[in-house]
Amino acid sequence: MSIAAGASPGGLSAARAQMGFSLAWHIVVACLGVGLPLLTLMAEWYGIRTGNPAHRLLARHWARAMGVLFAVGAVSGTILSFELGLLWPGLMGRFGQVIGLPFALEGIAFFVEAIFLGIYLYAWDRMPPRRHLLMGVPIVVAGVASAFFVVCANAWMNQPRGYTLRRGKVVDVDPWAAMLNPAGPPETVHMILAALMVASFLTASVYAVALLRGRNDTYHRVGFLIPFVSGAVVTPFQLVVGDWAARFLADYQPMKLAGIEGVYRTGSHVPLTLLGFAEDERLRYGLEVPSGLSLLVGYRPGTVVRGLREVPRDQWPPVTGMHLAFDTMVGVGCFLLAMGLWLLLGAWWRRRNGGELLTMRGSRVFLLLAAVSGPAAVVALECGWCVTELGRQPWIVWGVMRVSDAVNPAPGLMAGLWTVLVVYAAMTTATVYVLRRMTRDRPVPIAPQESDVEDYSVV
Amino acid sequence: MLADVTLAVMWAGLTCYALFGGADFGAGFWDLLAGRDRRGLPQRRLIEHSIGPVWEANHVWLIFVIVLLWAGFSPVFAAVLSTLYIPLTLAALGIIARGAAFAFRKASTELWQQRLFGACFALSSVVTPFFLGTVAGGVASGRVPPGIAAGDTLTSWVNPTSLLGGALSVLTCAHLAAVYLCADAAREEDAALVSGFRRRAMLSGLLSGLVALAGIAVLDHDAPLLFHGLTHRALALVVVSGVAGVLGLVLLAARRFVPARAAAALAVATILWAWGAAQYPAMLVPGVTVSDAASVDSVLTACLIALGVGFLILIPSLWLLYATFQRKPSPVGNRTR
Repeated sequence: MSIAAGASPGGLSAARAQMGFSLAWHIVVACLGVGLPLLTLMAEWYGIRTGNPAHRLLARHWARAMGVLFAVGAVSGTILSFELGLLWPGLMGRFGQVIGLPFALEGIAFFVEAIFLGIYLYAWDRMPPRRHLLMGVPIVVAGVASAFFVVCANAWMNQPRGYTLRRGKVVDVDPWAAMLNPAGPPETVHMILAALMVASFLTASVYAVALLRGRNDTYHRVGFLIPFVSGAVVTPFQLVVGDWAARFLADYQPMKLAGIEGVYRTGSHVPLTLLGFAEDERLRYGLEVPSGLSLLVGYRPGTVVRGLREVPRDQWPPVTGMHLAFDTMVGVGCFLLAMGLWLLLGAWWRRRNGGELLTMRGSRVFLLLAAVSGPAAVVALECGWCVTELGRQPWIVWGVMRVSDAVNPAPGLMAGLWTVLVVYAAMTTATVYVLRRMTRDRPVPIAPQESDVEDYSVV
Repeated sequence: MLADVTLAVMWAGLTCYALFGGADFGAGFWDLLAGRDRRGLPQRRLIEHSIGPVWEANHVWLIFVIVLLWAGFSPVFAAVLSTLYIPLTLAALGIIARGAAFAFRKASTELWQQRLFGACFALSSVVTPFFLGTVAGGVASGRVPPGIAAGDTLTSWVNPTSLLGGALSVLTCAHLAAVYLCADAAREEDAALVSGFRRRAMLSGLLSGLVALAGIAVLDHDAPLLFHGLTHRALALVVVSGVAGVLGLVLLAARRFVPARAAAALAVATILWAWGAAQYPAMLVPGVTVSDAASVDSVLTACLIALGVGFLILIPSLWLLYATFQRKPSPVGNRTR
């Protein structure tokens, strides 16, 4: 593969940094784009059912945030499709056709999402409430679908299928087999649940802060409970799916699992190490659970786990980074699960003893932790993504093409990286600023048609 | 055969992007020139009103084109994006700045924020089509050779044909937007706005025509193959474009704004089709043909079927979107007073 003979190491690092950065940025907004519409529809549905203006006002507020987030999500997603060609022409030139189908399908899903988002955001005044609610349903469905298709394409990079390479040329492509590769199911489900969790806990965090500041009214309580409960409901499923995804690795990408857990030598009775740094081909300073990994992978201490030494050293992924990222993700997942259980316990207690949920003794601590849960979920998301992507190194297509063979050899990638960093810094600042203002301001119309927002009193 | 169908579908997507997304860019162009806060307010309000609900859907056509290009013609995608790395990065940044700033402006309440985001939106609305135009010029004049980053990263887009492409793209976007906005302003029954945009529409239409005429000389000198195609095989389309352009101006003068929209759209669409027809079957001039670059049939079939099924959902949805916002709002339902 001599196409990238001219690529400099600096250019490769710049390309990786740019892709990594723009993906890490997009993934958060994309998760909100998948999850926030669902929360908004829930609030609107409750509002229509109960006639409680607090619900409807929440729906309005979340819809406004959705509008801003969808816009930045759409543009940052577009940039990624540019970057695939700008930064990785080696990958796209050879394999673009193999992974074209899921992207074409994603394009359609995204189109549907954009169309109905336009209708949903701007047509509050133009249609009766139930029909308006109905207009939101395609946004949710299409959001989940586009997450599915995009992650299918990423899964293909982990489990490349559906083509034959003959003398360096791709022939006999089966695009459906490529899209529906074995890594798809665990990866897509894990990602979609993660999106729901991130959107739920982040939204809940905002209202937890408001409640802590003493704005304890129906509006803020409901604003906290709708997302927090949905996040808490999703979390246990996510832990099960995460386990499935990890055991998938043991079967299909053992070297990735070995990298995550710092397993160097193939063997049975492999311990599970919590935290620790990779040094001299073992994880130091970690807490070892004897035979833990073997038990997790195969339910028996005698289960054989394959180690990194089976492949040449230049094919090892970066162990320390992956391992710590993985442990952080799992740790945060357990924390979020515990938070959900705490809320369940509180609800049960309230049922028995009466009193208002979220104002009981100990609820300040709970709300404080709940306020942390949103950012924590984002950390878990980014860590999980790091594990997926670092674990594939040094391959861009697992076992087939190296990252260094895919990069654009053109000069100037470093300058591109800096420009992108500056633009994204500005966009981040503006997004955070605008969203923060939104939580504080009295509701103002997102669009001229939304005149009636002013009619709602803040409850 | 399948490759040609895929190309045609992609070209149709490109046409939609030019007509719908282009008009959104043009609206940003007029936003930039609308004047200071108070004077420009009615125009800005109309622009925001017109493109707010639809710009995101219009933007998706670009993604549609990119995805079809890489799924259907991967080597061409790799060659174009790696060689024209600089203008495409700049266009991508423009797309970011524009979309984000438009949403931010809508969500802001203070004047200085609206000014800042508005300026960002308007400026990037002019810059982005310019760079996309230079990319088109680079491809059309045969400056993108096959292979990865095989072309010159600078002269592939800094050259007479690219500059012509950039200028023409900005002007036609502005023209389309002005014509569309005329009809929107007429529906709002705002006479001052109507006459303002009518003047702008005629001016930008005339300028587009002049630049296109001047472009003949540029292409003759700089891109002889394209010039030959335009003056021979694609001549009919070039003539239609010119006639539609003139007809559009006449209709504007006669204040027939809705047919003027159609004429302006036809004029712009036929320019694109003329380019395609002039270059066909070369995809990367001169050597790489459509069939050379096309993906294997199984991929093309799968993508075309997926898009076919997708459009069964998309077309009624798009119709619903445009129909919902082309009517005057009737205050129904969702008000709880």
